[in-house]
Amino acid sequence: MGKRPKSFGLLAEYETPHDLYHACEQVRDAGYAAWDAYTPFPVHGLEKAMGLKASLVPWIVCVMGFTGAALGFLMQYWMAAVDYPLIIAAKPLNSYPAFVPITFEPGILFGSFGAVFGMLGLNKLPQLYHSLFNSKNFARVTDDRFFIAIEARDPRYHTDDTTKFLEETGAVSVEEVED
Amino acid sequence: MSHYIPPTHETDPDPLQGRSALIKGDPSFAEITEAVARPIEMPHKRWILFFLPALALLSLLPISLGWLFWEGIGVWGNNVPIGWGWPIINFVFWVGIGHAGTLISAVLFLFRQKWRTSINRGAEAMTIFAVICALIFPGVHVGRVWAAYWLGPVPNQMDMWVNFRSPLLWDVFAVSTYFTVSTLFWYVGLIPDLATMRDRSKTTIRKMAYGFLAMGWRGSHRHWVNYESAYLLLAAMATPLVLSVHSIVSFDFAVSNLPGWHTTIFPPYFVAGAIFSGFGMVLTLMIPLRVWFKLEHIITIKHLENMAKIILLTGSIVGYAYSLEFFIAWYSGNEYEAFLFQNRAFGPYAWGYWIMMSCNVITPQFIWFKKVRTNPKILFVLSIFVNIGMWFERFVIVVSSLHHDFLPSSWDYFSPTFWDVSLFLGSFGLFFTLFLLFLRYLPLIAIAEVKSVMPRANPHWVDPDKKPSTRDHDASHGEVSTKPEPEPEPEPEPEPEPSKDEPEPEPSKDEDEASDEDAGEDTPVAEESSEDNADADEPEKAEQDEKLLFSPPPSEKTDAKKDGKDNG
Repeated sequence: MGKRPKSFGLLAEYETPHDLYHACEQVRDAGYAAWDAYTPFPVHGLEKAMGLKASLVPWIVCVMGFTGAALGFLMQYWMAAVDYPLIIAAKPLNSYPAFVPITFEPGILFGSFGAVFGMLGLNKLPQLYHSLFNSKNFARVTDDRFFIAIEARDPRYHTDDTTKFLEETGAVSVEEVED
Repeated sequence: MSHYIPPTHETDPDPLQGRSALIKGDPSFAEITEAVARPIEMPHKRWILFFLPALALLSLLPISLGWLFWEGIGVWGNNVPIGWGWPIINFVFWVGIGHAGTLISAVLFLFRQKWRTSINRGAEAMTIFAVICALIFPGVHVGRVWAAYWLGPVPNQMDMWVNFRSPLLWDVFAVSTYFTVSTLFWYVGLIPDLATMRDRSKTTIRKMAYGFLAMGWRGSHRHWVNYESAYLLLAAMATPLVLSVHSIVSFDFAVSNLPGWHTTIFPPYFVAGAIFSGFGMVLTLMIPLRVWFKLEHIITIKHLENMAKIILLTGSIVGYAYSLEFFIAWYSGNEYEAFLFQNRAFGPYAWGYWIMMSCNVITPQFIWFKKVRTNPKILFVLSIFVNIGMWFERFVIVVSSLHHDFLPSSWDYFSPTFWDVSLFLGSFGLFFTLFLLFLRYLPLIAIAEVKSVMPRANPHWVDPDKKPSTRDHDASHGEVSTKPEPEPEPEPEPEPEPSKDEPEPEPSKDEDEASDEDAGEDTPVAEESSEDNADADEPEKAEQDEKLLFSPPPSEKTDAKKDGKDNG
């Protein structure tokens, strides 16, 4: 167990989105990699201040949506024209205009599954335990406080220097969080 | 913290947008959390007074269903020409009500209507519960409920598949997809608020229950980026979905060859009617709730007024559709169609037709008057009429089209039986029971979303109490001033060093000015803040920042804040 760092990292607390926004810019420019901002609601534009890339969720939704639509159509084609060909109302076996609604609906259904489960997967949720929950102050992250956590595994992390750095970004408190 | 009492005055300007604030009284984030979470943590004593009658109504549901399964659908008033009767009327009625929830949560989201945040959670819950009620009716209307699985493409002993050319089957897929997607959308929206409830919990059971449901949400911005993307895409998919669902419901009628049903106007007319009835139900629910839960500063008169305007619009579309049906009945020269519409307005079901006309066409026209649409009591009464009128619309469509079909020898009159009424009341019991449980255990307002539309959520907002600024124009600190601040000259600042993760070298002018303004109040970070130009390529953001430049001086923010405090 010797090599495992005792500390998860440093947690800095901010009072307003304004303070957090500018602090994030500074953390980004200082070159930290293993860090994150924590907010009660999505602070708009913060991903720019943090230098984050665009989400991958749209690609998952795109693939899932078209897969669902294709499966929906193929299911209808196979059932109506291949497995049990039965002429109904003098329509062709592959009466594809009538298959449009049930092509569309599974497309939406699979796309929505892609959006929700893709989002959860990318976020590695559910994750019921996280080191940050060890901090008492952190309970306010879902209420009215804004946080930045720089993790100990970051190569630029140094407890004293990083603490000082975070204090200079306008944090109202900086604490070390146990892993 | 003392309970937040909302102020009554109507004009709190949003200091950053320059228009009336959505949330009145400029509360802090903590006050929003408190206002929404408190009714769950310290439930209203009167809650049980509503819950018990709802349970009593709900008890009608298993009784009616049990008798139905035992005896068969002969217990209803359905007869040979009128095979659809109340079950299909109630199905369309409940599905239609559901649509307002999706409209508020998805369509208004795509249109960037920020006022939706105060009402979307309740409206989405209403959607889900209404669709649950709706799903009961076609499920039991098949008669032999133990064979209801034939509705789906399930391998069965006859080795046959369902008929994919039938709108009734499209409906099975549409409504079940709609229910699933609405539930997912609602749950995704709930995750951050469940985390809020978890972090406020005092008891272990609550902490575990909310903690489990919140899935360990911790507000990470890396998570928010994926979350917002997923939410936007869900909205983008739910919007065509909701239109498709009620279009397909209308295909159940329109694809058949029956006068009164076989018209191309049905899909748009049904969708408009669905939104009309759904907003009616949202108003019916929200007008008392905002008072009982003391949320008048979050669900304001402005919100009610906006909803009333949508009722006016969709009610007028519905009225237009009614008259167009009559015009086409005459203009088409089809004698069956002409007979049917004369029969609708003046035949044995004329009473139903005129109830529909007066509730759906005349009632919403009162909303043209500002005094009506800003008066919650009158709106509540109007919304009840809308609900009644829309039930009768489906009654007229189903019953009056069926009762006089092509052969006069098979004409008949439809009268509901006790079991028709009891099943319908039982579905109301189910709806209200579920809705009251929702009110008891889950936040009625989307806490995180409401916070995100408040002026103080904007990274450009600076707390006037915390940071007394040293800028010259702050000499007016404390004075009431409504004049907009003169546009600050952009400082002749050297070209900021482009950081490695920002490809564009040229910062946008708007963005630069905005950040200079920030920097002036925040001297230690002045150099860094000039670099927040990465989003300059987004026109929407740039436009917003342009507005920020014309924001009133901080002195006004202070006053708004003080007002909130005095009242609080």
